[in-house]
Amino acid sequence: MSEPNDPMAEIRASFFIECEELLEAAQEGLQSMEDGSADSDTINSVFRAVHSIKGGAGAFGLDDLVKFAHSFETVLDEVRSGNYHPDQEAILLFFTCGDLLSDLVRSARDETPVDQDAIDRTLASLQAIAGEEEDEIADSEFQPMGLSLDLGLPDEGGADEAPAGAPAPAGFRIAFKPEEQLYALGNEPLYVLRALSQLGEMEAELQAADVPDLDDLNPKGAHLSWQIRLATEASLSEVEEVFEFVEGLCGLEISEDVAQAPDGTAPPPMPDFSALNADDDAADDSAAEDGPAPFSGGDREDEDDTPLPAERNVPVKAAPKTGGAASAPAAAKATVRVDLERIDRLVNLVGELVINQAMLSQSVTEAGLPPNSPVVNGLEEFMQLTRDIQDSVMMIRAQPVKSLFQRMSRIVREASATIGKTVRLKTDGDATEVDKTVIERLADPLTHMIRNAVDHGLEKTDDRLAAGKPAEGLVTLSAGHRSGRVVIEVSDDGGGINRDRVLKVAIQKGLIPEDSTLTDSEIDNLLFLPGFSTASEVSSLSGRGVGMDVVKSSIQGLGGRISISSERGKGTTFSISLPLTLAVLDGMVVHVAGETLVVPLNAIVETLTLSSGDIRKLGPETNVVQIRGEFVPLLDLGTELGYREPLEDYCGGIILLIAHEDGSRAALVVDSIHDQRQVVIKGLQDSYGHVPGVAAATILGDGQIALILDPIDITANASGRTCPKKSHIMEVV
Amino acid sequence: MTLTVLAVDDSRTMRDMLRLALTGAGFETHLAEDGEHGLEVLEGLSPDAIITDINMPKLDGFGFIEAVRKQERHNGVPILVLTTESATELKQRARDGGATGWIVKPFDPAKLVRALHMVAG
Repeated sequence: MSEPNDPMAEIRASFFIECEELLEAAQEGLQSMEDGSADSDTINSVFRAVHSIKGGAGAFGLDDLVKFAHSFETVLDEVRSGNYHPDQEAILLFFTCGDLLSDLVRSARDETPVDQDAIDRTLASLQAIAGEEEDEIADSEFQPMGLSLDLGLPDEGGADEAPAGAPAPAGFRIAFKPEEQLYALGNEPLYVLRALSQLGEMEAELQAADVPDLDDLNPKGAHLSWQIRLATEASLSEVEEVFEFVEGLCGLEISEDVAQAPDGTAPPPMPDFSALNADDDAADDSAAEDGPAPFSGGDREDEDDTPLPAERNVPVKAAPKTGGAASAPAAAKATVRVDLERIDRLVNLVGELVINQAMLSQSVTEAGLPPNSPVVNGLEEFMQLTRDIQDSVMMIRAQPVKSLFQRMSRIVREASATIGKTVRLKTDGDATEVDKTVIERLADPLTHMIRNAVDHGLEKTDDRLAAGKPAEGLVTLSAGHRSGRVVIEVSDDGGGINRDRVLKVAIQKGLIPEDSTLTDSEIDNLLFLPGFSTASEVSSLSGRGVGMDVVKSSIQGLGGRISISSERGKGTTFSISLPLTLAVLDGMVVHVAGETLVVPLNAIVETLTLSSGDIRKLGPETNVVQIRGEFVPLLDLGTELGYREPLEDYCGGIILLIAHEDGSRAALVVDSIHDQRQVVIKGLQDSYGHVPGVAAATILGDGQIALILDPIDITANASGRTCPKKSHIMEVV
Repeated sequence: MTLTVLAVDDSRTMRDMLRLALTGAGFETHLAEDGEHGLEVLEGLSPDAIITDINMPKLDGFGFIEAVRKQERHNGVPILVLTTESATELKQRARDGGATGWIVKPFDPAKLVRALHMVAG
């Protein structure tokens, strides 16, 4: 996107990245303001974030952004200084401001349109607050910030039509008498004079008469003054700019030398410095005339003075560097921005490396080298390194879910405003890191779930009060790592799933037969059926058509699973479980009916060998297996995948104990376990769509292709047939 | 003579722009992220001028200037504050805080360089 050698474009790109971080910080601060847990530091951090956005936006001439940030910042400043105590409503307004600010940032970045009405409305509300507090704010609101001299002078608008076009005087007479304070603040008259001399021909006459004897000399005192004549084409404002920092700290009188007074004319008498003040109308001229970068604090129309266009920078940039003098920045924590494509390429290469290493290991094993030989030892180190590289590469792609969660808080605010419920979003585990792609692709399903929770999950306020709950509904969004997966939960403290109604609707819609008897969890899962929508009146919020089935398939597309648990009157929790990475997984390589398959390790609780006493018959075609006192359905992987008919006897077979999200378990029979290893996931979705029971494929060390199973899917949809059809002989007790 | 400048700003964008403007003009440029960090950098550096933002976490610009002015080694160093503030009280506030001069953000690089030459030679 950005020209690699255009530093301004690069800074601009990095500005937008910084904006995201700043917006996040602001959001976080606002959240604590809402909770009431904010201290002055928090408010300051919100202010600073908005302030920094404004600062950067000004540099790139993003006027709309500057204007909005400025208004927001003005009100925040009032909060910060304790002049304004925001009530709940004002904090909601601040949240809206944060949202709009983020819209404006994106709009500036992607050149997309914004909701100008919303912005205008919000600006008006901000100004109402600012105006209420202090009229002065309104004053300074849209004042451009001058670069030079004292703009603060209230002046009757003459400033803008300063006589920029007036003929430049031929020169100036300047009387300059530094005061003590000038030195104390680090100013140096010598440099001021030097700067002045660069404007033209300068004659400076030192007036040293006031210098006391050495004995009486106060080294910090100010004893010198100058009489200066400057022949120059420069304008008064340019001359005044030189004195910008010392003006007010010195006696200063600048008069135009228009008449080209002949040499020998007596210089003007030494002015009375104490009475002298350069704050005359000329000071204002400088503001208008001084081209560069007036700060557009508001809706300024000064197009010709656009702040800092890129080309302004070019000459500065082009100035030759003095060798190695320009040292490296001292900034401590350096970051590098990298094209996502490059990272993906790296991820793919590491994937190949893993495959390669597996192949090499296999060759070494097949070559029958002794376990202690240097090759085997070296290979082991190589494996360790490969794994480390892989982890590190995956970490590059990992991002905290915080940004995603913050987007959801906006969804909650908007959703609750639309349907008139008071809802609070609580987030937990924002720091949990997930693959970037997963985060991106989670946004839509999560948005839908959050809206659902607000719209359908939470009861209407009256119903809540009647049920003895607080009027404010609570939606909780949490993330965490659980057994090698990321689990994201969306819960509400609403009325829970009305199972009678769900059942009725499902029957009505012909989704299930009328006489079905379903368990609670089966009923809950009806929500994921395509075409299911429970809300009797479809609100504008949750919309029509897009249901939980779409959510479910998006989650599955990420290699994830979703489950529901709900308690009547207490609320509902949707739980999404996702793989940590989309590229590689730890798998168990097993053989069934002559096929080689990979079962994701994180789904396997344990592996056992069946002994005859463990198996109990249950029903005509199915068996259960007793594991430490618990009965678990026995499933033949070969039968479930259609490779073979159920066996006569499973005694001596190997089972993989699979755990579901809801804690239920199933035992999958396989013929043998070959290996445990990392496999690189090669998606099948693009070519085959969703294949039931199959998550993806991989290439094994010997080049063989193996399917990666989705054991949860298999066990959830299993036939459970583990008895041969023809007879019902086996009943082992 | 190459002038050494320390620029302190918590905004990465602003630091980038300062670096671009300053190194482009041939200054030896050092950057710090906040007042505290600035003071750390000053332990090993005697810059000819300092530029600092005002609103910063940890130690803000005025706190930073105060700390710098207290140090014998640095108390005479010219310090410019970077600000987006409206002008009303800007000058007085900057001076009360011990600053030598001020630069209004967004700054014009050429103006920044001129200002530095005005205070640091």
